Amino acid sequence: MSTSLFMFLLFIAVTLGITYWASKRSAGSSAYFAAGRQIKGWQNGVAVAGDYMSAASFLGIAGIIAFFGYDGFMYSVGFLVAYLTVLLLIAEPLRNAGKYTMADVLAYRLNPRPVRAMAAISTLTVSIFYMIAQMVGAGALVALLLKDSGISFRTAVIGVGVLMIVYVVFGGMLATTWVQIIKAILLMSGTLLLSILVLAHFNFNLGDFFAAIGHVTYHDKGLLVVKDFLQPGLRFKPPYGALDLVSLGLALIFGTAGLPHILVRFYTVPDAKTARSSVVWAMALIGVFYILTTFLGFGAATIVGRDYIVGHGGTNMSAPLLAQALAGNIFFAFISAIAFATILAVVAGLTISATTSFAHDFWTNVIHKGVERRPGEEVLVARISAFVVGAAAIAIAVALGPTANVAFLVGLAFAVAASANLPVIVFSIFWRRFNTAGAVTGLAVGLLASIGLILVSPSLMAIDPPTVIGSARHLIQAKALFPLENPGIVSIPLGFIGAILGTLFSGEVTSEDKFNELLVRSNTGLGAERATSH
Amino acid sequence: MVNNVSKLKVAQQKQYQASQSTWNAIAHSSAFKDLMATKKAFIVPAFVFFVVYYVALPVLVGYAPQFMSIRIGWVNLAYLFALSQFFVSWIIAALYVVAANSFDHLSKDIVEKAQDNQGGN
Repeated sequence: MSTSLFMFLLFIAVTLGITYWASKRSAGSSAYFAAGRQIKGWQNGVAVAGDYMSAASFLGIAGIIAFFGYDGFMYSVGFLVAYLTVLLLIAEPLRNAGKYTMADVLAYRLNPRPVRAMAAISTLTVSIFYMIAQMVGAGALVALLLKDSGISFRTAVIGVGVLMIVYVVFGGMLATTWVQIIKAILLMSGTLLLSILVLAHFNFNLGDFFAAIGHVTYHDKGLLVVKDFLQPGLRFKPPYGALDLVSLGLALIFGTAGLPHILVRFYTVPDAKTARSSVVWAMALIGVFYILTTFLGFGAATIVGRDYIVGHGGTNMSAPLLAQALAGNIFFAFISAIAFATILAVVAGLTISATTSFAHDFWTNVIHKGVERRPGEEVLVARISAFVVGAAAIAIAVALGPTANVAFLVGLAFAVAASANLPVIVFSIFWRRFNTAGAVTGLAVGLLASIGLILVSPSLMAIDPPTVIGSARHLIQAKALFPLENPGIVSIPLGFIGAILGTLFSGEVTSEDKFNELLVRSNTGLGAERATSH
Repeated sequence: MVNNVSKLKVAQQKQYQASQSTWNAIAHSSAFKDLMATKKAFIVPAFVFFVVYYVALPVLVGYAPQFMSIRIGWVNLAYLFALSQFFVSWIIAALYVVAANSFDHLSKDIVEKAQDNQGGN
């Protein structure tokens, strides 16, 4: 048995054990959806980090820095700074005023059914795009790493899908939380170890390391070129590169505060103060991790080299290949197993937020007008929808195939979250005049604008020369109608404008009393949902 | 399991309940207005500062790449500015935690007073 396979199986065995333990403690909605609100601050902080640092972070950023140098590091910065929006504006009011989902806060003083229905659509859209990207990534990674053991892409995707269904259906939020904690610890230790090995390669001389980054050689269109990888502009080029960089930055710092799988984590702690401390814990871990991408990315660029990576699995394999170059096959297997654990934990987090939104927002509150007809019905619906969501994600990921261009799916998720979810969350907490029409138009305009602009962006539209074949070809063979890859700079303002105009053009008068109640609740924690005892 | 469910119900019954006029009264009380003013005094400038400081990075890197390529020691201005973002974020987060302790004191008084008025909870 290969070392990779053994490490995968070990991780799976441990997490299934946790799921079994958690399944006995997941009776009742609060226990199932919010882990009984008993997760400690540091635990939730580590779990937030584990939920957030996806394959896009570990494999994607290392790859983009290895290929384009400095420009890739811009992702790292945005991913951390984003947590200031979460910390200053969102985490505490959300914990104080909500129950299980972001829609709880929106529905507080607005007409709950249309608002929840729209919020559930937006949550499911963000989660499913994000999830498919992770599963295609996982399938390709596992198939490549375990190619000696005869596991195909299809088997790998189905394996990941079935595991995430098991975690979520049986273990609920408690099992998901612990899977994320273990994964975060594994990912941090792997990254730290890899960084130390990179430094050791340069005899622990930072000067030598940065000097090497100044002269990276590789073949570009058959020519040998030497580039300073610390120089900006290798990825984001004129005429629209600069604007795209700003647009991406805005989507990152405002998108995170609208990601449903991150927001639901704040319901798992006992109170707002603990929600705050968990953001701080998460920021410490996430910040260290993203600073270390300097060593992962530039290390792969200088030690492994772009030419070698292109021939051995492409950008996404930069970090595992770096591990192989520095410490051989066992370490390669260890880093690959961590990448696999990373994907699995993120996918489980996405599934639970999608199913919570479906069961709590759509089933209980939209269809049955807020009445749970039988005890345990909400949890039962969530378990069934976890099966459906998991099966749908497996089917779509298998259909897309291992070489599908999935990077844009994650970008789409951030852009949708920033354009649709953030404006309505902010307005419902901070704007007295905000009303139902405003929330529905804000969500709809943000959702449509971000998806529409991505459809006509250079990510999906371009004219390829006939030499480009298969899934590398752009979906629509025509000149892109919108020049930016990331729609944030246009779609985020549109989301806000939609919410404002919807509010002002509607004759609906919101109840001033209800706003006062929400204001007091969200700012003081008076009457907030409490931890349940076992 | 049954035990868990019944305890859950007890926990929910204890939840603070109040009429709309009570919520309005709290919202208009000077203690609550104090809390909101204290929060605003920290959060608004902190938010504006971090957004401006962050957006300056892609703007400078995108529109003034030559300036950002000026070498400083082993690295360049672009990398140093990017690295500073991490430390600035951590510092703002730390300052917020300190400021939030005073929010907690103010809101604790409001919560206790509200619960006392309800006859203990």
